[in-house]
Formats: sequence, structure tokens, C-alpha cells
Amino acid sequence: MSATSARLTRLTNIPGSAQLAALAAVLLGNWLVFPGFFNIRMVDGRLFGSVIDVLNRGAPVVLLSLGMTLVIATGGIDLSVGAVMAISGAVAATLINAGTPLVLVVAAALGAGLLCGLWNGILVALLRIQPIVATLILMVAGRGIAQLITAGEIVTFDDRGLIALGTGALLAIPVPILIAAGTFALTTLLVRGTALGLFIEAVGANERASAYAGVSARVVKIAAYVWSGLCAAIAGIIAAADIQGADANNAGLWLELDAILAVVVGGTSLLGGRFSLPLAVAGAIIIQAMNTGILLSGLKPEFNLIVKAVVVMAVLLLQSVRRRD
Amino acid sequence: MRGSLVPLLITVGVFLAGTLACSLEFPHFASTLVLGDTLTDNAFLGVVAVGMTFVIISGGIDLSVGSVIAFTCVFLALAIQRHHVSPWLAFPAILAITAGYGAGMGALIHYFRIPPFITTLAGMFLARGLCFVLTTDSIPISHPLYQHLYLYAIDLPGRGKLSVIAMIMLAVVAVGMVIAHRTRFGANVYAMGGNRVSAEMMGVPVARTTIMIYMLSSGLAGLAGIVFSFYTSAGSSLAATGVELDTIAAVVIGGTLLSGGQGYVIGTFVGVLIQGLIQTYITFDGTLSSWWTKIAVGILLFGFIALQRGLAILSARGTRAVAA
Repeated sequence: MSATSARLTRLTNIPGSAQLAALAAVLLGNWLVFPGFFNIRMVDGRLFGSVIDVLNRGAPVVLLSLGMTLVIATGGIDLSVGAVMAISGAVAATLINAGTPLVLVVAAALGAGLLCGLWNGILVALLRIQPIVATLILMVAGRGIAQLITAGEIVTFDDRGLIALGTGALLAIPVPILIAAGTFALTTLLVRGTALGLFIEAVGANERASAYAGVSARVVKIAAYVWSGLCAAIAGIIAAADIQGADANNAGLWLELDAILAVVVGGTSLLGGRFSLPLAVAGAIIIQAMNTGILLSGLKPEFNLIVKAVVVMAVLLLQSVRRRD
Repeated sequence: MRGSLVPLLITVGVFLAGTLACSLEFPHFASTLVLGDTLTDNAFLGVVAVGMTFVIISGGIDLSVGSVIAFTCVFLALAIQRHHVSPWLAFPAILAITAGYGAGMGALIHYFRIPPFITTLAGMFLARGLCFVLTTDSIPISHPLYQHLYLYAIDLPGRGKLSVIAMIMLAVVAVGMVIAHRTRFGANVYAMGGNRVSAEMMGVPVARTTIMIYMLSSGLAGLAGIVFSFYTSAGSSLAATGVELDTIAAVVIGGTLLSGGQGYVIGTFVGVLIQGLIQTYITFDGTLSSWWTKIAVGILLFGFIALQRGLAILSARGTRAVAA
């Protein structure tokens, strides 16, 4: 290996360097196709601009990727997050129209997400069903449940408080960004401020060894799925508030894939073990910045899926090659 | 080697009990008309589910099949309707394209050790994206072959008809059974799903078999796409969304073990019929909404997976008892 490539390897071995380089490249690309990309202005006491838009639109996927990171770190996967978003949105929309106070509405929607996560966690941790399949059940049935709640209709609402959660602004910053940032801080505090993160990594890296070390894989796994369900419920409330209605068929559709993609781009191994929340968030923002970039460049939005597919394969191939070296 | 017959028997039992219950509630239920319609409505699902059975028996998963079906429909609509290509040229072409697509995914899975579900997830994105790039319209196909296909249906006793696409599905199931149980390739698939490492040590050509499995699955998804285009007489890039889940559900309800190594193609066929039964019941009832299908399939899926776990635990206890 030559000196330059050795230096390059050392550089790319710093955790997060690849992701930050990718983010910089995507942002640079966006700036090149759309010179006004970094412009931010203030309108009616709220920040506007493409960068703000990327963060605002990316908030649901950032939220999903937080829970997904923990689940993937335990060696699992959660395919049901999109359906859970639909359920929590349906609960919120139906209750707010029944005249329930906003606090209770939010609590009920979060409770629904918590129950969904608990169900997934019990299937995976207690019944020992493979995670792909266990969460597939809720992914299939979840949208049916959401439609059951909304009686098969798109339930619209005009409650200002609930709508503000999706479109409002606080201190000039859009509320979804604040919610996502707050959830990120809370999740980080929870897993890095306590031993929970260490336990998750231990279970994901080697379940049997961690069991001998006294870590209960069951509790850790259930906790991860419950957190994923909660994050999905928050994202579901934001998505419903954004369109002022609950659409059981389309809310969160395919977002589970974006969330998995964000976690993979963030460098967390799908086999479980070490994880990084900040890099998963970076991954989610990279994906959203690519989406926005495709729109700004005037390419057809249809290219989105192809670009995503190519990116995920490129990242996985890089990981695969590096693992072999 | 093919595993216990218990899950298969339970699947058949559920189907018979369900049919009996429906016949008692609706007098016209048990007729060849309903049978013929069920086979026709679920023909594409049956075709693609046979391929998925091989994938799951080998211990893998293929999430790309729904998108591959949609891509096939769009390709056929563009080729036949817009560019006036003969269907007899377009069919082999799309089958070759989809089989090649599957071979590519199989190669990535084997040579780069990328988990099947994420490889085929990317494959799902790519195929769906290609659909959207080709066209976002729904294009009707009005070729004479499509319009006259119903002429070739076979009359069943009673008022029922066995359509061409139902016959294609039955043929695929029959060939799938022969491949699974009577060929070297089939034996290799079971061996890989049982234990990949020992299969490799025993001389199973793992690389070739993996690539062939995903080739078969994508190729059958292409055939299912042809069937689906016959069924709808159109090509739409939004077609067959979520079919990968229905397919996996049919395979699991059919008694194939999700951890691989055990399963029957005929069980998958019964799994498809059970899903058809649920849809037919909802149609007959008339008051239930279609979203109950999703919930019912979810409940069945859970029931069968829980059953598999229960049987696995029981058999583990049995072995331990014998050992003691």
C-alpha cells in the first residue's frame, strides 16, 4: 500500500468522516445546481430557505432513524414504522375531531406507538421470531388497523394546536425540526447517559456473551422496539399535522426503507453491534438533501428511487470490501 | 429433510374449514364459478409465490418481486402498445431481463455477503424507480392477443371457467413442485437453507445455487408480470405495490419455515388459496371493508409464525427427551 493510500485509509477510518464528506458533497452539489441553496430569509417570524426545508422535510425520517438505529444495533430491524406512523396519525386525527384536548391526543397517539413497539418487542424478544418477519406482521396489518380507526376515510381536522406541530414555528425555527432535535437529544441522553447504549451494543454484538455478562437481551430488545414505536408515533403526528389529515394508505409509505437507508448510510452495521445516533441523523439529512437536490435540479422526482438504490448499494459494497480487508 | 408435515396439514385444514364455513354461510360459495375466479384473481400471486418459496427455503428473502412485476407490466405496455413489438418477442425479452436482474442480486448477495433483504430492498427501489422513469401513466394494452385471451378458457363443470392465466399458475406450481422435490437444484436449495456451511462442505455449489435461486424468483416475478398484464390489460408503474408482502405471507401461511430448510411448494399454493378465500368472503359478505383483508392476513401470518415457533420448541424438547 502506498503512502498516500495509507494516509487516505487512516483518514477514512475516523468515524463519521465518510458520512460528513458525503453530506458536504451532496450540499455542494445542491449549491451548484441551485446557487440560492444556502440563502435563508425571515418571513413572518419564521426562517425560510432550502436548507431549512431539507431539515423540516427530513424531520420524520430523522425521527424514524433514531429508533431504527437502536433496533438495528440489537441485530434486529423494524419494518413496521411506516404503518405505525399511519396508526398514530389516525389516532390523533380521530381524537382531535372528537373534541379531545391536545395533550391527551398527543399522549394517546404516542401510547399507540408504544403499544405497537411493545408488540414487536414481545414477538422478537419473547417469542424469538426473526425481526424481519415479526415486524412484517404489523407492517401488513398496521395499515388495516389505521383504516379501521379512520373508518376507511382520510380524516381531516382544523385544530390549530395540532396543525402547529407540523407547520408551526417557535423562535423562528419550524416545530418539526425542534421536535426532531429534542428527540435526538433525549435518545442520546438515554442511551449514552446510561448504560443502555452499552447493553444494546453488547446484545447486538454477541447475545450469548452478553447474557453471560448478566445483560438481559429480552429487556434490552423490547426497550429498543418500544423506542422505535414511540419515534414512529412522533413522526406520524408530524406527518398528519403537516397535511392536516390522516391518510391511512399513504402516511409514512415507504419511509421504513428511508429510515433503514439512513441508518445504513450512517455506518451502523445491519448485523448489529456498534451504532451511532449522530451519523444516522446525518444519513437521514443526506437522503433528504438528495431528494431536495433532485427536485431543485429539475430532474424528474422519479429518479429519486434509483438514486437511493444506487447509494445504498454503493455504501454496502464499500462496507463489504472494507470488512474483507 | 423437507421437514414435518404438520404445518402443511394445518394449512390444508384451515383452508378446508374456511371453505366449509363460507359454504354454510353463503349457499352459492362452493361452486366452480368461485373456484375459477379465485384462481384467476390470484394467478399472478401464485406464480410469484412459487419463486418466493425457493428463496425462503434457502434462508433468504426477496422484497423486489412487486416492483419487478410492475416493471414487467410497464415494459410490456410500452413495447406492445407504443412500439408495436410482437408480444411473442416482448415476453421472452422481459423474462430474460428479469432473470438477469435476479442473477445480479444473487451475485451481490453471494460474492459481497450483503444480507438478502437489503440487497433486494435496493432492487425494489431500483425496479420501481425504472418504472417511474419509463412512464408515470397507466397505459392500456389493446393487442388482439390480450383481447382474445378469454376465448381460450376451459369450461369447468357448472358455470365456472379456467382462464389461461389460471392454467399458467397451475403449471408453474406443478413445475415448481418437480424442481423442489425431484431435481439436484431443489435438493441444494433445501440443503443451503438447513445449514449453509455444512451444505458448502458437502459440495453444494453455493454460489451457483444462490444466483439461480434469485434468478428463478425474479424470472417468475417477470412471468407473474405477464400474467398481471393479461389480468389488467394495462401497464402502470404503481401496479403490484405491496405484493412482496402478500407473497411472503402466502409462503409462510403455506407452512414454509422462515428460517429456511423446510417447506413445500404445494403449501404455498394453498396459502395463496387461503388469501383468495378471505377476499372472496369479504366480497360475498358485502358489508365488510377491504381493509379487513389486511388485518385477517396479519392475524393468519401471526398465527402460523407462532405455530412454527411452538412446533420448533416442542421438537427441541422431544429431542432432548430422547437424548435423556
